[in-house]
Amino acid sequence: MQACRLTANNLACQRGERLLFRGLGLELRSGQALQVKGANGIGKSSLIRILAGLLRPLVGEVEREGSVGLLDERPALDPGLPLGHALGFWQRLDGPGDAELAQLGLSGLLEVPVRYLSTGQKKRAALARLLGQEASIWLLDEPLNGLDTRGVALVEALVAQHCAQGGIALVASHQPIALPGGAAIDLADFTA
Amino acid sequence: MRHFLILLRRDLGLLLGGERRGATLLPVLFFLAVAMLYPFAVGPDGPVLARTGGGVLWIAALLAAILPLDRLVEPDLELGLFDQLALRGISEELAMTARMLAHWLSFAPALLLAAFPASALVGIDAATLQTVELGLLAGTPGLAALGVLVAALTAGLRGGAALGGLLVIPLAVPLLVFGAGSLSTGGEAGIALTAAFSLVLVAITPFAAGAAIRSGRG
Repeated sequence: MQACRLTANNLACQRGERLLFRGLGLELRSGQALQVKGANGIGKSSLIRILAGLLRPLVGEVEREGSVGLLDERPALDPGLPLGHALGFWQRLDGPGDAELAQLGLSGLLEVPVRYLSTGQKKRAALARLLGQEASIWLLDEPLNGLDTRGVALVEALVAQHCAQGGIALVASHQPIALPGGAAIDLADFTA
Repeated sequence: MRHFLILLRRDLGLLLGGERRGATLLPVLFFLAVAMLYPFAVGPDGPVLARTGGGVLWIAALLAAILPLDRLVEPDLELGLFDQLALRGISEELAMTARMLAHWLSFAPALLLAAFPASALVGIDAATLQTVELGLLAGTPGLAALGVLVAALTAGLRGGAALGGLLVIPLAVPLLVFGAGSLSTGGEAGIALTAAFSLVLVAITPFAAGAAIRSGRG
Protein backbone atom coordinates (compact mmCIF):
# COMPACT_ATOMS: atom_id res chain seq x y z
CA MET A 1 0.00 0.00 0.00
CA GLN A 2 1.37 3.39 -0.93
CA ALA A 3 2.14 5.98 1.72
CA CYS A 4 -0.90 7.85 2.91
CA ARG A 5 -1.55 10.76 5.19
CA LEU A 6 -4.50 12.42 6.84
CA THR A 7 -4.11 15.81 8.45
CA ALA A 8 -6.61 18.26 9.79
CA ASN A 9 -5.93 21.75 11.08
CA ASN A 10 -7.98 23.84 13.43
CA LEU A 11 -11.28 22.23 12.47
CA ALA A 12 -14.54 23.65 13.71
CA CYS A 13 -17.93 22.27 12.92
CA GLN A 14 -21.31 23.88 13.21
CA ARG A 15 -24.56 22.01 12.84
CA GLY A 16 -27.57 24.24 12.77
CA GLU A 17 -27.10 26.82 15.48
CA ARG A 18 -24.77 24.70 17.54
CA LEU A 19 -20.96 24.83 17.46
CA LEU A 20 -20.02 21.18 17.97
CA PHE A 21 -16.25 21.42 18.29
CA ARG A 22 -13.43 23.80 17.46
CA GLY A 23 -9.67 23.91 17.31
CA LEU A 24 -9.42 20.25 16.41
CA GLY A 25 -6.25 19.16 14.69
CA LEU A 26 -4.88 15.73 13.96
CA GLU A 27 -2.20 14.10 11.89
CA LEU A 28 -2.12 10.46 10.93
CA ARG A 29 0.54 8.78 8.84
CA SER A 30 0.81 5.35 7.29
CA GLY A 31 0.23 2.62 9.81
CA GLN A 32 -1.36 4.83 12.46
CA ALA A 33 -4.76 4.43 14.05
CA LEU A 34 -6.77 6.83 16.16
CA GLN A 35 -9.93 6.45 18.15
CA VAL A 36 -12.27 9.42 18.45
CA LYS A 37 -14.26 9.17 21.65
CA GLY A 38 -17.16 11.18 22.85
CA ALA A 39 -20.75 11.03 23.95
CA ASN A 40 -23.67 10.74 21.52
CA GLY A 41 -24.30 13.88 19.56
CA ILE A 42 -20.94 15.43 20.30
CA GLY A 43 -19.98 15.50 16.62
CA LYS A 44 -18.12 12.25 15.92
CA SER A 45 -20.06 11.51 12.76
CA SER A 46 -19.75 15.10 11.58
CA LEU A 47 -15.99 14.90 12.11
CA ILE A 48 -15.84 11.71 10.08
CA ARG A 49 -17.83 13.29 7.27
CA ILE A 50 -15.63 16.37 7.32
CA LEU A 51 -12.51 14.21 7.15
CA ALA A 52 -14.06 12.27 4.26
CA GLY A 53 -14.70 15.51 2.39
CA LEU A 54 -18.46 15.06 2.43
CA LEU A 55 -19.11 17.95 4.78
CA ARG A 56 -17.47 21.35 4.78
CA PRO A 57 -16.06 22.45 8.12
CA LEU A 58 -16.94 25.88 9.46
CA VAL A 59 -13.22 26.68 9.53
CA GLY A 60 -10.06 24.69 9.10
CA GLU A 61 -8.81 22.40 6.41
CA VAL A 62 -8.33 18.73 5.79
CA GLU A 63 -5.61 17.18 3.68
CA ARG A 64 -5.83 13.64 2.43
CA GLU A 65 -3.24 11.62 0.59
CA GLY A 66 -4.63 8.30 -0.42
CA SER A 67 -8.08 6.93 -1.12
CA VAL A 68 -10.78 7.14 1.54
CA GLY A 69 -13.04 4.32 2.63
CA LEU A 70 -16.05 5.17 4.77
CA LEU A 71 -18.05 2.86 6.97
CA ASP A 72 -21.04 4.42 8.67
CA GLU A 73 -24.49 3.35 9.79
CA ARG A 74 -25.67 3.05 6.19
CA PRO A 75 -24.33 -0.06 4.48
CA ALA A 76 -24.96 1.31 0.94
CA LEU A 77 -26.18 -2.12 -0.13
CA ASP A 78 -29.50 -2.40 -1.94
CA PRO A 79 -32.00 -3.87 0.53
CA GLY A 80 -33.96 -5.70 -2.16
CA LEU A 81 -31.02 -7.51 -3.71
CA PRO A 82 -29.36 -10.70 -2.51
CA LEU A 83 -26.18 -9.86 -0.62
CA GLY A 84 -23.96 -11.33 -3.34
CA HIS A 85 -25.49 -9.06 -6.00
CA ALA A 86 -25.44 -6.00 -3.77
CA LEU A 87 -21.74 -6.54 -3.06
CA GLY A 88 -21.18 -7.34 -6.73
CA PHE A 89 -22.07 -3.77 -7.69
CA TRP A 90 -19.25 -2.41 -5.51
CA GLN A 91 -16.90 -5.12 -6.73
CA ARG A 92 -17.48 -3.99 -10.30
CA LEU A 93 -16.72 -0.39 -9.32
CA ASP A 94 -13.74 -1.16 -7.10
CA GLY A 95 -12.28 -4.08 -8.98
CA PRO A 96 -11.99 -7.58 -7.60
CA GLY A 97 -10.82 -7.10 -4.04
CA ASP A 98 -9.66 -9.76 -1.67
CA ALA A 99 -12.48 -9.48 0.82
CA GLU A 100 -12.62 -12.79 2.65
CA LEU A 101 -16.33 -13.38 2.94
CA ALA A 102 -15.77 -16.53 4.97
CA GLN A 103 -13.62 -14.59 7.43
CA LEU A 104 -16.46 -12.11 7.82
CA GLY A 105 -18.98 -14.90 8.36
CA LEU A 106 -20.91 -14.02 5.22
CA SER A 107 -20.27 -16.95 2.90
CA GLY A 108 -23.60 -18.60 3.72
CA LEU A 109 -25.61 -15.41 3.25
CA LEU A 110 -24.90 -14.45 -0.35
CA GLU A 111 -28.35 -15.51 -1.55
CA VAL A 112 -30.18 -13.71 1.25
CA PRO A 113 -31.71 -10.31 0.43
CA VAL A 114 -29.92 -7.57 2.33
CA ARG A 115 -33.05 -6.44 4.14
CA TYR A 116 -33.39 -9.83 5.84
CA LEU A 117 -29.91 -9.55 7.33
CA SER A 118 -29.55 -8.67 10.99
CA THR A 119 -27.91 -5.44 12.10
CA GLY A 120 -24.65 -7.22 12.78
CA GLN A 121 -24.72 -9.08 9.49
CA LYS A 122 -25.30 -5.81 7.63
CA LYS A 123 -22.31 -4.36 9.45
CA ARG A 124 -20.21 -7.33 8.36
CA ALA A 125 -21.45 -6.87 4.79
CA ALA A 126 -20.47 -3.21 4.91
CA LEU A 127 -17.04 -4.32 6.14
CA ALA A 128 -16.79 -6.59 3.11
CA ARG A 129 -17.56 -3.59 0.91
CA LEU A 130 -14.91 -1.56 2.71
CA LEU A 131 -12.29 -4.30 2.37
CA GLY A 132 -13.06 -4.69 -1.33
CA GLN A 133 -12.50 -0.97 -1.88
CA GLU A 134 -8.85 -1.34 -0.79
CA ALA A 135 -8.77 2.27 0.33
CA SER A 136 -5.74 3.40 2.30
CA ILE A 137 -7.56 5.69 4.73
CA TRP A 138 -10.33 4.04 6.72
CA LEU A 139 -12.90 6.26 8.40
CA LEU A 140 -15.07 4.07 10.58
CA ASP A 141 -18.11 5.57 12.26
CA GLU A 142 -19.27 3.39 15.15
CA PRO A 143 -18.07 0.18 13.49
CA LEU A 144 -18.91 -1.91 16.54
CA ASN A 145 -22.61 -1.08 16.65
CA GLY A 146 -24.65 -4.25 16.42
CA LEU A 147 -21.67 -6.59 16.38
CA ASP A 148 -21.26 -9.49 18.78
CA THR A 149 -18.01 -10.11 20.67
CA ARG A 150 -16.56 -12.12 17.81
CA GLY A 151 -17.50 -9.32 15.45
CA VAL A 152 -15.73 -6.81 17.67
CA ALA A 153 -12.60 -8.95 17.69
CA LEU A 154 -12.88 -9.23 13.92
CA VAL A 155 -13.01 -5.45 13.45
CA GLU A 156 -10.04 -5.02 15.76
CA ALA A 157 -8.10 -7.64 13.79
CA LEU A 158 -9.02 -6.06 10.45
CA VAL A 159 -7.95 -2.60 11.62
CA ALA A 160 -4.67 -4.00 12.96
CA GLN A 161 -4.05 -5.78 9.67
CA HIS A 162 -4.92 -2.63 7.70
CA CYS A 163 -2.48 -0.52 9.73
CA ALA A 164 0.22 -3.20 9.48
CA GLN A 165 -0.09 -2.92 5.72
CA GLY A 166 0.52 0.82 5.92
CA GLY A 167 -3.04 2.06 6.05
CA ILE A 168 -4.61 4.68 8.29
CA ALA A 169 -7.63 4.03 10.45
CA LEU A 170 -9.69 6.61 12.27
CA VAL A 171 -12.39 5.04 14.37
CA ALA A 172 -15.19 7.03 15.96
CA SER A 173 -16.67 4.94 18.73
CA HIS A 174 -18.10 5.46 22.17
CA GLN A 175 -17.27 1.85 22.98
CA PRO A 176 -13.78 0.72 23.93
CA ILE A 177 -11.89 -0.72 20.98
CA ALA A 178 -8.34 -2.03 20.87
CA LEU A 179 -6.45 -0.20 18.14
CA PRO A 180 -2.78 -0.58 17.21
CA GLY A 181 -0.90 2.09 19.15
CA GLY A 182 -3.96 2.78 21.28
CA ALA A 183 -4.06 6.49 20.44
CA ALA A 184 -7.30 8.27 21.22
CA ILE A 185 -8.74 11.75 21.40
CA ASP A 186 -11.88 12.81 23.19
CA LEU A 187 -14.08 15.27 21.36
CA ALA A 188 -15.23 16.63 24.72
CA ASP A 189 -11.82 18.37 24.91
CA PHE A 190 -12.69 20.40 21.85
CA THR A 191 -16.24 21.42 22.58
CA ALA A 192 -16.96 25.10 22.35
CA MET B 1 -17.39 5.53 -19.10
CA ARG B 2 -16.86 2.23 -17.31
CA HIS B 3 -18.35 3.74 -14.17
CA PHE B 4 -21.30 5.07 -16.17
CA LEU B 5 -22.11 1.64 -17.55
CA ILE B 6 -21.86 0.00 -14.13
CA LEU B 7 -24.19 2.64 -12.66
CA LEU B 8 -26.60 2.33 -15.57
CA ARG B 9 -26.70 -1.43 -15.20
CA ARG B 10 -27.48 -1.14 -11.50
CA ASP B 11 -30.13 1.56 -11.96
CA LEU B 12 -31.81 -0.35 -14.74
CA GLY B 13 -31.77 -3.54 -12.70
CA LEU B 14 -33.42 -1.77 -9.79
CA LEU B 15 -35.98 0.15 -11.83
CA LEU B 16 -36.89 -2.77 -14.06
CA GLY B 17 -36.34 -5.91 -12.07
CA GLY B 18 -35.96 -5.03 -8.42
CA GLU B 19 -38.73 -6.84 -6.64
CA ARG B 20 -39.96 -4.19 -4.25
CA ARG B 21 -38.66 -1.05 -5.89
CA GLY B 22 -39.32 -2.09 -9.45
CA ALA B 23 -42.65 -2.31 -11.08
CA THR B 24 -42.06 -1.31 -14.66
CA LEU B 25 -45.42 -2.57 -15.65
CA LEU B 26 -47.17 -0.20 -13.29
CA PRO B 27 -46.76 3.03 -15.35
CA VAL B 28 -47.69 1.15 -18.51
CA LEU B 29 -50.76 -0.43 -16.94
CA PHE B 30 -51.72 2.94 -15.54
CA PHE B 31 -51.37 4.46 -19.00
CA LEU B 32 -53.53 1.74 -20.54
CA ALA B 33 -56.06 2.02 -17.72
CA VAL B 34 -56.55 5.74 -18.41
CA ALA B 35 -56.96 5.04 -22.12
CA MET B 36 -59.49 2.34 -21.29
CA LEU B 37 -61.46 4.42 -18.79
CA TYR B 38 -61.68 7.51 -20.96
CA PRO B 39 -64.30 6.17 -23.42
CA PHE B 40 -66.37 4.95 -20.47
CA ALA B 41 -66.40 8.42 -18.99
CA VAL B 42 -66.97 10.38 -22.20
CA GLY B 43 -69.30 7.94 -23.89
CA PRO B 44 -68.99 6.09 -27.16
CA ASP B 45 -69.11 9.22 -29.30
CA GLY B 46 -66.64 8.44 -32.12
CA PRO B 47 -65.78 11.97 -33.35
CA VAL B 48 -65.36 13.36 -29.81
CA LEU B 49 -63.09 10.48 -28.84
CA ALA B 50 -61.05 10.79 -32.00
CA ARG B 51 -60.63 14.53 -31.51
CA THR B 52 -59.59 14.37 -27.86
CA GLY B 53 -57.99 10.91 -27.64
CA GLY B 54 -54.49 12.06 -28.52
CA GLY B 55 -54.50 14.65 -25.75
CA VAL B 56 -55.70 12.08 -23.24
CA LEU B 57 -52.82 9.80 -24.19
CA TRP B 58 -50.44 12.66 -23.50
CA ILE B 59 -51.91 13.29 -20.06
CA ALA B 60 -51.81 9.57 -19.32
CA ALA B 61 -48.16 9.42 -20.37
CA LEU B 62 -47.28 12.40 -18.18
CA LEU B 63 -48.97 10.91 -15.13
CA ALA B 64 -47.47 7.48 -15.81
CA ALA B 65 -44.00 9.02 -15.83
CA ILE B 66 -44.64 10.51 -12.38
CA LEU B 67 -45.48 7.13 -10.79
CA PRO B 68 -41.92 5.91 -10.14
CA LEU B 69 -40.79 9.31 -8.85
CA ASP B 70 -40.41 8.34 -5.19
CA ARG B 71 -37.98 5.52 -5.87
CA LEU B 72 -35.74 7.41 -8.29
CA VAL B 73 -33.40 9.10 -5.80
CA GLU B 74 -34.71 8.87 -2.26
CA PRO B 75 -33.87 5.20 -1.49
CA ASP B 76 -30.28 5.63 -2.65
CA LEU B 77 -29.89 8.79 -0.62
CA GLU B 78 -30.98 6.86 2.47
CA LEU B 79 -28.54 4.08 1.61
CA GLY B 80 -25.65 6.53 1.49
CA LEU B 81 -24.94 5.45 -2.08
CA PHE B 82 -24.00 8.91 -3.32
CA ASP B 83 -21.55 9.41 -0.43
CA GLN B 84 -19.82 6.15 -1.28
CA LEU B 85 -19.71 7.10 -4.96
CA ALA B 86 -18.27 10.52 -4.12
CA LEU B 87 -15.46 8.87 -2.14
CA ARG B 88 -14.61 6.90 -5.26
CA GLY B 89 -14.43 10.07 -7.32
CA ILE B 90 -17.70 9.39 -9.12
CA SER B 91 -19.60 12.64 -9.42
CA GLU B 92 -23.26 13.09 -8.62
CA GLU B 93 -23.65 14.41 -12.15
CA LEU B 94 -22.55 11.10 -13.63
CA ALA B 95 -24.83 9.18 -11.28
CA MET B 96 -27.77 11.41 -12.21
CA THR B 97 -27.09 11.04 -15.93
CA ALA B 98 -27.16 7.26 -15.55
CA ARG B 99 -30.31 7.52 -13.45
CA MET B 100 -32.02 9.69 -16.05
CA LEU B 101 -31.21 7.29 -18.88
CA ALA B 102 -32.27 4.30 -16.79
CA HIS B 103 -35.54 6.00 -15.87
CA TRP B 104 -36.27 6.78 -19.51
CA LEU B 105 -35.45 3.22 -20.58
CA SER B 106 -37.62 1.81 -17.83
CA PHE B 107 -40.84 3.51 -18.88
CA ALA B 108 -40.62 5.19 -22.30
CA PRO B 109 -40.15 2.25 -24.70
CA ALA B 110 -42.93 0.32 -22.99
CA LEU B 111 -45.14 3.41 -23.11
CA LEU B 112 -44.49 3.90 -26.83
CA LEU B 113 -45.53 0.30 -27.41
CA ALA B 114 -48.58 0.64 -25.19
CA ALA B 115 -49.67 3.66 -27.21
CA PHE B 116 -50.70 1.29 -30.01
CA PRO B 117 -53.40 -0.59 -28.06
CA ALA B 118 -54.26 2.64 -26.26
CA SER B 119 -54.89 4.40 -29.56
CA ALA B 120 -57.40 1.70 -30.41
CA LEU B 121 -59.11 2.16 -27.04
CA VAL B 122 -59.61 5.90 -27.51
CA GLY B 123 -60.32 5.46 -31.21
CA ILE B 124 -57.77 7.72 -32.88
CA ASP B 125 -56.68 7.13 -36.47
CA ALA B 126 -53.31 6.08 -37.78
CA ALA B 127 -52.11 9.58 -38.70
CA THR B 128 -52.92 10.92 -35.23
CA LEU B 129 -51.27 7.91 -33.67
CA GLN B 130 -48.13 8.66 -35.63
CA THR B 131 -48.11 12.23 -34.34
CA VAL B 132 -48.66 10.98 -30.78
CA GLU B 133 -45.84 8.44 -31.09
CA LEU B 134 -43.39 10.99 -32.52
CA GLY B 135 -44.44 13.52 -29.91
CA LEU B 136 -43.98 11.01 -27.07
CA LEU B 137 -40.61 10.01 -28.50
CA ALA B 138 -39.60 13.67 -28.38
CA GLY B 139 -41.23 14.38 -25.04
CA THR B 140 -40.48 11.37 -22.86
CA PRO B 141 -36.76 12.20 -22.45
CA GLY B 142 -37.88 15.53 -21.04
CA LEU B 143 -40.34 13.81 -18.72
CA ALA B 144 -37.61 11.42 -17.55
CA ALA B 145 -35.24 14.33 -16.92
CA LEU B 146 -37.90 16.25 -15.06
CA GLY B 147 -38.67 13.21 -12.92
CA VAL B 148 -35.05 12.77 -11.87
CA LEU B 149 -34.61 16.49 -11.28
CA VAL B 150 -37.66 16.80 -9.05
CA ALA B 151 -36.91 13.49 -7.30
CA ALA B 152 -33.42 14.76 -6.45
CA LEU B 153 -34.75 18.12 -5.26
CA THR B 154 -37.41 16.60 -3.02
CA ALA B 155 -35.42 13.58 -1.76
CA GLY B 156 -35.06 13.68 1.98
CA LEU B 157 -38.02 15.97 2.50
CA ARG B 158 -40.95 14.71 4.49
CA GLY B 159 -43.74 13.93 2.05
CA GLY B 160 -41.24 14.43 -0.76
CA ALA B 161 -42.93 11.92 -3.01
CA ALA B 162 -46.30 13.64 -3.04
CA LEU B 163 -44.67 17.04 -3.31
CA GLY B 164 -42.55 15.79 -6.19
CA GLY B 165 -45.57 14.63 -8.13
CA LEU B 166 -47.18 18.02 -7.70
CA LEU B 167 -44.00 19.83 -8.72
CA VAL B 168 -43.56 17.89 -11.93
CA ILE B 169 -46.99 18.77 -13.26
CA PRO B 170 -46.54 22.55 -13.76
CA LEU B 171 -42.98 22.04 -15.02
CA ALA B 172 -44.23 19.54 -17.57
CA VAL B 173 -46.82 21.95 -18.95
CA PRO B 174 -44.59 23.18 -21.82
CA LEU B 175 -44.01 19.58 -22.91
CA LEU B 176 -47.73 18.96 -22.85
CA VAL B 177 -48.59 22.21 -24.64
CA PHE B 178 -46.17 21.60 -27.49
CA GLY B 179 -46.54 17.81 -27.57
CA ALA B 180 -50.31 17.63 -27.44
CA GLY B 181 -50.48 20.87 -29.42
CA SER B 182 -48.77 19.14 -32.31
CA LEU B 183 -51.91 17.04 -32.63
CA SER B 184 -54.18 19.92 -33.63
CA THR B 185 -51.68 21.48 -36.00
CA GLY B 186 -50.81 18.02 -37.26
CA GLY B 187 -47.41 19.33 -37.14
CA GLU B 188 -43.75 18.91 -37.02
CA ALA B 189 -43.31 22.33 -35.43
CA GLY B 190 -44.93 21.21 -32.18
CA ILE B 191 -42.86 18.04 -32.07
CA ALA B 192 -39.70 20.02 -32.76
CA LEU B 193 -40.48 22.38 -29.89
CA THR B 194 -41.23 19.40 -27.62
CA ALA B 195 -37.88 17.91 -28.56
CA ALA B 196 -36.15 21.23 -27.92
CA PHE B 197 -37.70 21.54 -24.46
CA SER B 198 -36.76 17.92 -23.76
CA LEU B 199 -33.17 18.61 -24.75
CA VAL B 200 -32.94 21.58 -22.42
CA LEU B 201 -34.27 19.48 -19.54
CA VAL B 202 -31.92 16.59 -20.35
CA ALA B 203 -29.00 19.01 -20.47
CA ILE B 204 -29.62 20.77 -17.16
CA THR B 205 -30.92 17.86 -15.09
CA PRO B 206 -27.61 16.11 -14.31
CA PHE B 207 -26.11 19.35 -13.00
CA ALA B 208 -29.16 20.58 -11.14
CA ALA B 209 -29.94 17.16 -9.64
CA GLY B 210 -26.27 16.60 -8.75
CA ALA B 211 -26.11 19.98 -7.04
CA ALA B 212 -29.32 19.15 -5.15
CA ILE B 213 -27.81 15.95 -3.79
CA ARG B 214 -24.58 17.68 -2.81
CA SER B 215 -26.35 20.50 -1.03
CA GLY B 216 -28.52 17.94 0.75
CA ARG B 217 -25.37 16.82 2.59
CA GLY B 218 -25.60 20.12 4.46
